[in-house]
Amino acid sequence: MKLRQFTVVLALGILMLFPASDAMANPIEIQFWHAQRPPRENTLNKIVEAYNKSQTKYQVVASFKGSYDETLNAGIAAFRSKKQPHILQVYEVGTQTMMLSNAIYPVFNLMKDTGHNIDWKSYLQPVLSYYVSSNGELQSMPFNSSTPIMYYNKDLFKKAGLTGPPRTWDEMGEYTKKLVASGTEYGMTSAWQTWVMIENYSAIQNIPLATKSNGFDGLDTELTINNPMVVKHIERLKSWMDDKRFVYEEREYKGPEAAFISGKCAILMDSIGAIGAVKSAKFDWGAAPLPVEASMKEPQNSIIGGASLWVLKGLPQEEYQGVADFLAFQASEEMQIIWHKETGYLPITLQAYNKLKADGFYQQEPLQEVGILQLTRKDPTANSRGIRLGSFSQIRDVMNEELEMLWQGKKTAKQALDESVSRGNDILRQFEKRSK
Amino acid sequence: MLKRSFFSSKYLPYLLILPQTLVILTFFYWPAAQALFQSFMLSDPFGVNSQFVWFDNFSRLFKDRYYWKSIGITFFFSFSTALLSISIGLLVAAMANRVLKAKAIIRTFLIWPYAIAPAISGIVWLFLFHPSFGVIAYSVMRWFGIHWNPILDGNDALFLVVIASAWKQISYNFVFFIAGLQSIPKSLIEAAAIDGASPLRRFWVITFPLLSPTLFFLLVMNVVYAFFETFGIIHTVTQGGPGGSTMTMVYKVYKDGFVGLDLGSSAAQSVVLMIVIVVLTVLQFKYVEKKVQYTG
Repeated sequence: MKLRQFTVVLALGILMLFPASDAMANPIEIQFWHAQRPPRENTLNKIVEAYNKSQTKYQVVASFKGSYDETLNAGIAAFRSKKQPHILQVYEVGTQTMMLSNAIYPVFNLMKDTGHNIDWKSYLQPVLSYYVSSNGELQSMPFNSSTPIMYYNKDLFKKAGLTGPPRTWDEMGEYTKKLVASGTEYGMTSAWQTWVMIENYSAIQNIPLATKSNGFDGLDTELTINNPMVVKHIERLKSWMDDKRFVYEEREYKGPEAAFISGKCAILMDSIGAIGAVKSAKFDWGAAPLPVEASMKEPQNSIIGGASLWVLKGLPQEEYQGVADFLAFQASEEMQIIWHKETGYLPITLQAYNKLKADGFYQQEPLQEVGILQLTRKDPTANSRGIRLGSFSQIRDVMNEELEMLWQGKKTAKQALDESVSRGNDILRQFEKRSK
Repeated sequence: MLKRSFFSSKYLPYLLILPQTLVILTFFYWPAAQALFQSFMLSDPFGVNSQFVWFDNFSRLFKDRYYWKSIGITFFFSFSTALLSISIGLLVAAMANRVLKAKAIIRTFLIWPYAIAPAISGIVWLFLFHPSFGVIAYSVMRWFGIHWNPILDGNDALFLVVIASAWKQISYNFVFFIAGLQSIPKSLIEAAAIDGASPLRRFWVITFPLLSPTLFFLLVMNVVYAFFETFGIIHTVTQGGPGGSTMTMVYKVYKDGFVGLDLGSSAAQSVVLMIVIVVLTVLQFKYVEKKVQYTG
């Protein structure tokens, strides 16, 4: 150690003999805290390195901080002790919490203040709409965005005499019946049940999840998921559970993905990000949009999940130039193409998407496009542009708990959803109180 | 007979306890005071806005029937875990005490599980009992026709975390019981044997009462363990689910505080937890200890 210190001092001494040039000036460090594990982390690092090589003034330092919860908590703790990173990746359920945190530098303002003239129209609107304020200003930069789709086991479908994926929920009922009759253990399962079966179901059917445009128009929003349509849908799932057409594996994704990949279950509803995992399956499989109700001739767009990049305030103004440059850089066509190809997450700009299309990428990988098409099939409405609820992670926990009680047979669908609404509303009122 | 030590300097004893006092101050009293302070506040996660709300967090907590449910689960869970791990620990220790050959090896093997972190113990048990890939779960379902599913069934899940938590603690209890058993004078047991007392009777009349200080100590330690340290097991096995059936008080503190970012409620819950454990320990010392026989 001594020797190394000596060498450094010596080197610095020698350097000081020469007039400092631009290349030798220390770059300003931009801290970027994220929750991406490998292999996605590798792609993220590739983008960061590309940015660092593209200029000399700033140096983005990406650090992995654990799960989404852990990353957010690390950011909060750092902010409280005034050691915040410049960029913090926060999952989509934390959007409202971040927006009202008084701790952020909204991306829309940041870009304007730093002279970046961005045409927000060139972004994928269903992605952007999740992160804009009520007056249409972007609060955080979309980063890894996904949406749920349906994966199906073509071999098991063939065995049951089925040729294509079900388009409607009625067909889903018939198909899974045939699948179970032909010897498949279970018909279908779903990862992230609240996201797929309640949030996305409501968006696709164009019905509100909560009042005040899903919370976009005010903190005094209330949940409406005990409406007859959702109740009927959840009831139907419960009845399918009783004859093995539906199986509940867990709240998150590991159990459902394992059930699908092992061939125990013929249909899986999961994020487009699951493509990588599903590729390890030893059978022929396909991907299709989520089923819709037969009454829905033109189904709405699905909504996104994933995370976005928030810029925290309270740091020296000149450093924000670098933050803005980096955010613009990662949204560039070239970087978005790398990001989409390697991780399966959505490209966030139309240019990147159109370029991929023109290059014939989707002819080789048609399944990568299923999510994008489902997301962009219609312009978002107030019911499908996103969800803006405070303490949403807690509300999801409540919905999960209540659904689990239904699956256990301790409650009816109506009771579980009524209870979700009343417990969820308590959480919303508490959030409203603390945000005043 | 008591041994007494004398310090030549008046200040030396204070100096000697200073490091430990500092550790306790930093890692216990300071956070505890923070929690108490936070429990009267309603604040946003980033700490930009805070309001003083008196007992609002507490009254909200006690109006929430899911909190009461969590208290019930915690007590059931803690006492089942303590009972199971103490009784098996005692049984194993009583048997190991009679072992004549390879004593050291057998004891080492029995103590081993204690070196395992709770989270890993949780993972191991989940691996054995997972409905999809668990070896034991598969055999149980096949041979006995029992429908076992801790992912979905709340009772199965609670059963699983109790076993996983108790298993790890058996070794700890074993160590103390075996030490306790060895300190019992052989002459007492031999005298009873000559008087014609059966092994079981000798155990209940002589060994058990003489073990009572150890038993009492372990009761306190096991309850505290079940209240706090089983967090890792619950976190890896059930995350408080399904349907909140393994949501112990400690896990709820974490869920509401770190995932839900409801810091006021989370702080109020940790204050309640602290009070509960203080009351429990005082009760144990006051009533259970009276029945404990210490050797003179």
